[in-house]
Order: sequence, then C-alpha cells, then structure tokens
Amino acid sequence: MLEVLHSLLFSTLDAAPALVFAALGAVLSERAGVVDVGVEGMMRAGAFCAAVAALAMPTPLAVVVGMGAGAGMAAIHGWLCIRWRSDQVVSGMALNLVALAGGTFLLESLFGPNGTPPITQLSRWDIPGLASVPVLGALSGHAAPTYLALLVPFVFQGLLTRTPLGLRLRAVGDKPHAVATLGLSVPALRWGAVVGGGLLAGLGGAVLSTAVLDRFEQHTPAGLGFMALAAMVFGRWTPVGAFLAALFFAFGNALRIGLASSAPHLMDLVPQGVLLALPYLMTLVLLGLQGQRSSAPAALGVPFEQESR
Amino acid sequence: MSLDIREGELLAVVGENGAGKSSLMNVLYGLYQPDAGEVVLDGQPVRLKSPRDAIARGIGMVHQHFMLVPTLSVAENVVLGREPTRRGVFDVERACEEVAATCQRFGFQLEPRARVDTLTVGSQQKVEIVKALHRGAQVLILDEPTAVLTPQEADELARVMRGLVAQGRTVVLISHKLDEVLGVSSRVAVMRRGRLVTEVRAQDTTAAALSSLMVGDSHPAAAQVSTQAHAPGAVVLDAKDLKAVGDNGRPALRGVSLTVHAGEIVGIAGVDGNGQRELAEVLTGLRALESGEGTLLGGGLGRLTPAEARRRGVGHVPEDRLRRAVVKDMTVEENVALGRHAQPPFAKGPWVDFAGRRERANALLRDYDVRPPDPELPLRALSGGNQQKVVVARELDANPKLLVVVQPTRGLDIGAVAQVHARLREARARGAGVLMVSLDLEEVLALSDRVYVFFEGRVTGTFTRDAFDERELGRRMTGAEAAHG
Repeated sequence: MLEVLHSLLFSTLDAAPALVFAALGAVLSERAGVVDVGVEGMMRAGAFCAAVAALAMPTPLAVVVGMGAGAGMAAIHGWLCIRWRSDQVVSGMALNLVALAGGTFLLESLFGPNGTPPITQLSRWDIPGLASVPVLGALSGHAAPTYLALLVPFVFQGLLTRTPLGLRLRAVGDKPHAVATLGLSVPALRWGAVVGGGLLAGLGGAVLSTAVLDRFEQHTPAGLGFMALAAMVFGRWTPVGAFLAALFFAFGNALRIGLASSAPHLMDLVPQGVLLALPYLMTLVLLGLQGQRSSAPAALGVPFEQESR
Repeated sequence: MSLDIREGELLAVVGENGAGKSSLMNVLYGLYQPDAGEVVLDGQPVRLKSPRDAIARGIGMVHQHFMLVPTLSVAENVVLGREPTRRGVFDVERACEEVAATCQRFGFQLEPRARVDTLTVGSQQKVEIVKALHRGAQVLILDEPTAVLTPQEADELARVMRGLVAQGRTVVLISHKLDEVLGVSSRVAVMRRGRLVTEVRAQDTTAAALSSLMVGDSHPAAAQVSTQAHAPGAVVLDAKDLKAVGDNGRPALRGVSLTVHAGEIVGIAGVDGNGQRELAEVLTGLRALESGEGTLLGGGLGRLTPAEARRRGVGHVPEDRLRRAVVKDMTVEENVALGRHAQPPFAKGPWVDFAGRRERANALLRDYDVRPPDPELPLRALSGGNQQKVVVARELDANPKLLVVVQPTRGLDIGAVAQVHARLREARARGAGVLMVSLDLEEVLALSDRVYVFFEGRVTGTFTRDAFDERELGRRMTGAEAAHG
C-alpha cells in the first residue's frame, strides 16, 4: 500500500511542474486583465523550441530557449490585444492553432512525424537520506523544475499580495481606468504580465520535452494548457490556489497511469478511453461543481481604451 | 475657448450636456490633448501629456464615474502608484497611517482598511477626493460630483469644498445643477457648444439667468409644465412582499409591496443599488421572483416572461439603453419596429411591411423631434439623447398600460430631458400607469404623484405629492426610520 502511495506521489510530482507553471502564467496574465486561452500554444512553442535547442546545447540552456519561445508567442498575443485591442479569446485561439499547425509542420519537415531525436534529459537530483524514507522519499529524485514548481507559487503569491507591483497588477485587472487616471501606464503593466505569463507557459512546455519526456512529440502538450486554465479558474485566480488545483490534476493523471499499471484486470472492465479521459473528466466535474466565476478579475477580457468609461 | 482659474477660488463651470465641460477638464488633467491652444499654470505655459504630468503640477480630478478599484481597500486605492515600501514589500501599515493623516488634515472620516465596494457612494467620493489631495493637489476638479448623492451627502460635499478653499486650495466644480452651484461657488463660468459664454460672480446672478445663458436664445425655454390634479384610475399593479435575488447572489428585494394605478406616475427614489433596478426587472419579466405575489394587468407575477409582460401591455424604458433597448448597428426604423416587428404596421402576414414601417417611423421621428430625422441611419449615428427619444417613442407608441422607466434622462441635455418628461406626463394623461426609477431626486420630485423610497431592498417611506419633503426623503434614502413623536 505504501509503495502504491509512493509511486502515485512520485509521478504526481514528476508531472505537476508543466501544469503548475502554465497555470501560474495564466494567473499572471489574467490578473492583469488579459485572457490567456493561448497558453496551450505558448506551451507547445516552448516544448518544441526547447527540444530542438537541446540538440545543440546543454539542456538547462535549452529550457531557457523554450521560455523565450513562450514569451515570443505571448508577445504576439500582447501586440494584438494590447496594441490593437483585438478580441483576446480569438487571438488566443489563433495562437493555439498556429502553434499546432506550425509545430507539426516544422517537426515533419525537420525530423519526421514521430518526434525529435532523443535529447539529454534534465538531470535528476537525489536528496541524500530522503530517498529511503517511506512515502516522503517520493520528494527525492526529481529534476529541478519540480522543486522550482513547489517554490514559485508562494513567491508569486507574495509578489501579488505584498508588493506595489502586485497591487498595481490587481488594480489593472479590476479597474484599468483608475490606474490610468493615476498616471500609471495600463499598457506597460499588461505587457509585463502577458510576456511574463508567456515565459512561465514556455517553461511549462519546456519541462514536458526535457524532463517528463526526452523529446518533442507530435501531440505535446495535448490539452495540458487548457487544464492549466481550469486550474487557474478552480484556484480562483490566485497563485497558490492554481498551484493546488494543478497538483490535484497532476494527481488525477498519476492515478490513471497507476491504475493502468497496478491493476491490469481493471482494463478488462473499463475501456482504455475512459481511463485516458480521467484527468479531463475530473477537470470538468470540478469546474461544474465550482460553478460561477465570480472571482475573476472585473476587467478581464476588456480591451483598455482611454476614452471609454 | 479660454478660461481663467484663480488661486483659492471655487469656480463652477456649468453648461448643457455636450457643451464641452468634461472635455475641457480632461484637457486640464492631461487625458486629452488640445488640437490648438495652451494651458498656462502659474504664468508658465505647460504641456500636460498625461495625468502623470497633471498630478506632478498639483492638479487633481474627481471623475463623474469613480476611478476606484472596488476590490482594494481605501488605503490601497489612495496610495496606488506611490506605494510606501519597506525593503521592497508594500508597507500596508504605513499606507494606512499616511492615508489616515491625510484624512485628518482635511477633516475626512474614512476607515483606511475598509474595502471600497463596502462603502456608500458618498464615502467613495470622499476616497476620490482624498486620493487627489494625497498627491498634493492644489487645484481640484470635480466632474458632476453630486449626480449620485443624496441631499445630505451633497450638503456634506459642499462643506468639504468650502473647507478646501478655506485651506487655500482651488476647486473647480462642473455641474448642471444650478441651485447647488450658486450655493457654493464664488464664480460661475457658463459654457455652450464648446465656447465660454460668460463668467459671472455667483452673487450677481440667479438660477433662471444662468439657465437661459446655458440653453441660449435659439432654444425654446424649458417650459414648466403644470402638474395636473392627481386622479388615479384602476389598479394596474398591486404587488405584495416581493423578494428577489440580485446579480451578486445576495437578496436585492427583501419584501417590497407597492401599487400603481392607471393615470399616475409613481416614482422610486433611492441611492443606486438598493433594489430599484431589480424591481424594474421583475416587473418586466427579466428577473425571476423568489417569493411574493401580485397582480399585474390581470395576471400574476410569478412566472412572468418578457414576452408575457409585453402581451399584457407593459412598456419598458430600461436603464442600459445599449444593452436592453436597442440594437445600435441596426437602422432607426428597424429599432422602432423591435418588439412589434410581427404586427401591423411593421408587418403584413409573414412579411416585413417596408412602406408601413417607414411611414410609422417617420411619424414618430417627427413627433419626438429626433435629430436627424432619418429612419435609414444606423442608430449608433444618433446622440445619446436622440437614441433615448427613439426608445421612448417606440415604447409609448405601443400604448402601454404600465410603463416601467429606469433613469429615463440620464446623460440627456436640458432640451431632451424636458421632452422626455413631457412625454411621461402625456402617457399619464392618456391613462397609463408609470413606474419611474430615478437616482435623480429632483426628477422624481418633479414628475411623481407618489414616491416610494427604497433602501436595502425595502420600502422605507411613501410620500404623496402634497407631502413631499426633500430632507425627509433624503433621510429615508439612507435608511433612517420615520421620526418618532
């Protein structure tokens, strides 16, 4: 029993960082008032660029390249939504489609349909003495992003609630005109949040291809970006809330894998597809249970125009 | 357009809607850039490229629509943009102390830790003023500050403004409430169509004189229609103990009982957000009733749908015109037909009757003096006042037995206001019951035969025309019980 728990926990922690970073990126962008449905596309760009870069450079550096790619995608989103005040949902979905098609095209023309060649994964860290402790030992043996993902949400929460910058970000998502009349720049704050969100989403994607897997696969990130959005909503747009929700979803994923491997006779009773859909079903059920989106930033998705009030 | 503002004075700028008052002040605050001309401050020409420049030069502005972040505290709103920090961390304690100090210095009573969305409108306005003063404003511009206040709150604001002037600050008050302007200001500047018409000392003029200056000679004077004897007919609405939930999930109506008769105008007075909007929505089938009963034109209120309400003869002039009354990208005549588009003269059988629709639309545009009177224009090409005339024309043309109107003249200029008011009186004379919700107490008192005062979803007072008492109404609007003894 302990062993099952250990392996469930271990694979949860292994899979969680991608989801956590993407969810945090979405929180950052949306708290400033810019809808972030393009997070899936930013993740895909990050995953692809990190995998390709890792063929030519050390993997940690490649992760940084992946973050840059996510930020680049986010910059397109920002340019359309902030500079030209286009519809944020449409822009985000366009980003997702471009990333889907562009990723597939580049993958097939450069490497063939099955994925990039294998790369060196991020190294895993063993915490001395911890590995042998039952259950808690699951904390040991992960790559750096896992530990980062356990830390960053709390730093981000502090930033949002306890610094002037955080105050301004919250204000710009709730009432941008108030911010503008105080002589602060609404576009600058939103640009910062969108690009920062892109960095985080790119990091989430890069983790997928450099730590969870050892290559970029055709379907990456396979809807994880949308689960990240669900985590953000379920976490009521707070960093720690989104973090906990992302952990929960990652646990659902681990449960699926765990069930499939530890209880093979279950596979005869339940069709494979149902198990595959388990994390997504959990997402749907939870969002349904939570209901209204009353905690969303008030000015979310509303382009800022000086003249309109 | 030229205007001098002198140090330490209380200058009022008056004019009709669209006269350019707000545009002028937005230029002074750096929100708009002038196409030509310059702003001279203390003898120096200055260029105000953004509110940041204006703030740096000691100009503060309180906007008509509050620029507060509702989810943040008073102190957070005030210090936003110049937050005190300790080692990079926002220092909430010091922010609260600073704000409390500013409040004390200027005699405001505000709790720095309170969340802004829990405050009354009057207090929110004080937060706005403190926000400007905290940034060292020497010149304070107030844009239509009393539009949403109760009489008591307006008095309080007048005291605040006089106090600021006494401390050497300069206050510019933009308003169209002339009595109020004369009560507090030392000098009055009158604007009309983007020009300064005249400047007068407040003590040398009267409200009537200012009014004719504002409107200009070409305009027919806003005639005071005498209120005819109140002779109500049959009951069109009889509601008992209505309860309904608001958008935020909290109870908005907590047991409201009221009646409306044919041939009377019933006013609903109250500060914004005390259930008036929800009442109008319940009566027009837009909001579900939680409990309570009533008869509305021969039917119940329980499962009223908008279609059923219309069928029984309920007309509706909603508060949010663009959301609920018109389709702004459709033409004026199409908007006139909305809701009755399947009936003559707008339709013949299953087909649109283009000729009949045009004829009716032309007649209504002429009757209601809609400018320009072109039925083919998209509605959005009309000014707000003319859009409202189209809505009123459409609703009254259907000959409603009960007309529910919410904020019928918000944002309209004097001419349009007078016209809408005349039409509402006309509907009453024709035998319709009119239920009017307005945040403008003057309007409620001017039109209503009876008034219900709303506070927190309950009726806290009822008044008939012969017993109107503005002070007492104001007290009831803030929840005060009836005076004892």
